[in-house]
Amino acid sequence: MGGEESMPIRLTVNGEAVTHVVPVRQHLVDFLRGTLGFTGTHVGCEHGVCGACSLRVDGVLVRGCLMLAVQADGAEVVTIEGLDASGEIADLQQAFVERNALQCGFCTPGMLMAAAELLRAGEQKTRAAIREHLAGNFCRCTGYHAIVDAVSATLERRAHAGGKRV
Amino acid sequence: MSEKGRSSPLGQMSYLGQSVPRLGAKAAVAGRGRYTDDIQLPRMLHAAFVRSPYAHARIVDIDLAAARRHEGIHLVLSGRELAQRVTGPWVGTLSCFAGMKSAPQYPMAVERACWAGEPVAIVVGRTRAAAEDAAELIRIDWQELPAIAEKRAALAPHAPVIHAELGDNLAFRKAIDTGDVESAFAGADLVVEETFEFARHTGVSLEPRSLLATYDKATGKLTIITSSQCPHMIQRVFAETLGIPDHNVQIIAPDVGGSFGLKIHTYGDEVATVAAAIELGRPVKFIADRLESFVSDIHARENSVTARIAVKRSGEILGFDVDVLSGAGAYSQYPRTSVFEANQILNVTGGPYRHRHYRGRASVVYLNKAPSSQYRAVGHPIGNAVGEHLVDQAAYRLGIDPIEMRRRNVFADDAYPSLSASGIKLKDLSHQRCLDLLVRRMRYDELRREQDEMRLAGIQRGIGIALFIKGTSPGPLGYYGSGGAPISLQDACVIKLEPNGGVICAVGVTEQGQGTNTIMGQIAAGALGVPIEAVRVISGDTDAVPYGGGTFGSRAAAIGGEAVLQAARALKEEILAIASELLQADPARLEIVDGSVVDAAGTRRLPLAEIGRICHFQLGELPAGRQPVLSHTRRFRLVEDLYIFANGVHGAYVEIDTDTGFVRLLQHWVVEDCGRLINPQLADEQVRGGCVQGIGGALYEHLIYDAAGQLSNGTLADYLVPMAAEMPEIDVAHVETPSSLSELGAKGVGESGTGAAPAAVMNAVNDALRPFAARVTSQPITPETVLVALGKI
Repeated sequence: MGGEESMPIRLTVNGEAVTHVVPVRQHLVDFLRGTLGFTGTHVGCEHGVCGACSLRVDGVLVRGCLMLAVQADGAEVVTIEGLDASGEIADLQQAFVERNALQCGFCTPGMLMAAAELLRAGEQKTRAAIREHLAGNFCRCTGYHAIVDAVSATLERRAHAGGKRV
Repeated sequence: MSEKGRSSPLGQMSYLGQSVPRLGAKAAVAGRGRYTDDIQLPRMLHAAFVRSPYAHARIVDIDLAAARRHEGIHLVLSGRELAQRVTGPWVGTLSCFAGMKSAPQYPMAVERACWAGEPVAIVVGRTRAAAEDAAELIRIDWQELPAIAEKRAALAPHAPVIHAELGDNLAFRKAIDTGDVESAFAGADLVVEETFEFARHTGVSLEPRSLLATYDKATGKLTIITSSQCPHMIQRVFAETLGIPDHNVQIIAPDVGGSFGLKIHTYGDEVATVAAAIELGRPVKFIADRLESFVSDIHARENSVTARIAVKRSGEILGFDVDVLSGAGAYSQYPRTSVFEANQILNVTGGPYRHRHYRGRASVVYLNKAPSSQYRAVGHPIGNAVGEHLVDQAAYRLGIDPIEMRRRNVFADDAYPSLSASGIKLKDLSHQRCLDLLVRRMRYDELRREQDEMRLAGIQRGIGIALFIKGTSPGPLGYYGSGGAPISLQDACVIKLEPNGGVICAVGVTEQGQGTNTIMGQIAAGALGVPIEAVRVISGDTDAVPYGGGTFGSRAAAIGGEAVLQAARALKEEILAIASELLQADPARLEIVDGSVVDAAGTRRLPLAEIGRICHFQLGELPAGRQPVLSHTRRFRLVEDLYIFANGVHGAYVEIDTDTGFVRLLQHWVVEDCGRLINPQLADEQVRGGCVQGIGGALYEHLIYDAAGQLSNGTLADYLVPMAAEMPEIDVAHVETPSSLSELGAKGVGESGTGAAPAAVMNAVNDALRPFAARVTSQPITPETVLVALGKI
């Protein structure tokens, strides 16, 4: 019943330096959403299963509900808002819209975060491999087929653009 | 992919049949969706709940003092204290279900909790964490009572009765008896009988139930932002329960993160949150966490079915005899009840076939579990699985191919209108064309050969077929309308021309990502003759839209869409009348094309922007007798029919590992007929998503309760949902038979996937198991189920 023991943290969120005093028990995702207003990251299960709160912390895909805000002290955090602003996944976002690879959109930021990791690896993947990679992100609406289409098409376009053989 | 071209009376509606992308999708991919929990209001507080740890227990004493003293806590209420702040309990019955009974239910348990998870006390604090801390300080002296967790035990002679005033645990009993079932079965060449078990599962919308209420004490205005499918229904419920006039209650449904029927109900924790906001005069937010979602969202599907089919040697189906035992929760869910699932099972089992003898019996019993109610495709997954399993078994026993068996028995495409043996009016269906198209798309014969070859190689594959009918877009003469529930079965559109020529289209149906707003925009733009970019659709705000039922029962496109079509036509008529006055032309020779009034020669005469400007700002240019309205409301309801039925057929191709019992889904096909296809891509994705939701129930999802009524797998780690790696590719095709019940001709599509995928998958599994003389008839079909069927464990 420890109440509100707090600690100061300094971190970078979407390229911006942030200094804040946070309750030591606060999850990173709650800090990003509630305190900083980056509401693009969603909370689906709070026990690390659904993937809705997927974030990039120091270049690695993490669950924002399994990390405390204080653990992000000194880290570089990128949320969907940061990915969107940087243009890193503009083609993937476009493919999601064109292919209707989202319905309610609640899983989508996490799904894009996970797919971005696959895009960064830069290799064409089979549909089965894409499904395997996204297997930690729950989507209740789409049935996944359209998501796989969108990710696959983006990988393919990038491979073409990069002059690689598909 | 449509079978038929889009033709005539709506031919000028240029956006019909086009896959217009959804506007909301662009915001969502940028992380700019706006869900209830994304909204913060000044001085906002947070609610947390104490829930019953027992399935059935008396509250001997409840001590709230320590919680009230806790730092940052603004309000703590017990169930009894909350009961004094509401107008009374609700009772989840509908008069259309004769003899149905349910106990009065308060938003939180008053002297007795009847399921593990029932809210018992609300704590409102500065933060959710503070509220949860204080909730832990509430001391309750519980006296455990005997719990009923198993539905067969509920009706046993000396079973403890959950609500003594009801006399027993029976909620409802229904029977249908058509033709002469006994004689039909006695005279049949073959009777196949089977028992089936369908496990309890739940909706698991990724965004949990969410609500943010704020009350202005000065004006008496209550504003509730909530993740709801049915803003007007819930407006009425909150108004009624909290004693505030409906018109002083505004419901705003912002982006809704999945709903699937679970967000069309009354939940006690939500009522408690609103009551707290009224009492405090401050905004109060409640977001269900995942663990409390599992024990407080509505559940569904818990049914045992014994059923048999009577057939002739020729394959002709003579009749079905179906007996359903349905497990509700501790109360019948208000206001839609907990008996619809059983009712729909009786309605649809064997529904595609023209048999004439049908007996259906259903009993719904109360259990000390979370209340059950409407969840996507209510009853259909069960009715279809039962009926289609029996048809398959009969076919194999008679040596008839499953496709051929169905061809011999379906209603012919030209046989409508017809009456099903269960007593339902069927119109505009297309089983024959759907079967033909499925056979082509599956390459059925080739697939059978592949299956045979694989068997020789020791690989066990199965093909499953499942026809379905799906009741969509319910009419007011059916259950809710005649049953007395505050649920509107009409829907409405207000369409307005703005000064710049833009069009505002406000609708009572709602958007949860299926694309309601987009297709309403397509219908409006097409009917009016303006570019789709000129139309903005508004939904999900009771202050801004006309009264409507919202989105449930696959009704948005068919009911809401028809209202939009008629409203847009009315607006167009007025615009042309005004244009004819301004142009001194015959209105019959004018048309609106691409946002401009054109004459018979197709020459642009007057842009709508000009008409908008004149009618708002330069009214002197109009003739003296013209008072422009430029805002038109139209409503639509079904007049006589219970539903607009849709139909279709699924095919599943699976592989069974007979050593591990694992089922691998290789491919799934759907051919469905949702009438006029408004946006093919959106329809396809409704079908695909629906299939996977159905497959979840068929293979994975199971709320496992122990004998004491404790849910033992209420986390997302333990309750399995379908994830990307296990799901198949899903081929979707359409047959388009417009409904004759509206001009638009649309039928619902949102539940078709869920309604029949479990039947196809179960049939495919049994097809794979056939060489082993094994079969499965319970869902979910887990590896264990398969191994038990194979006699391996």
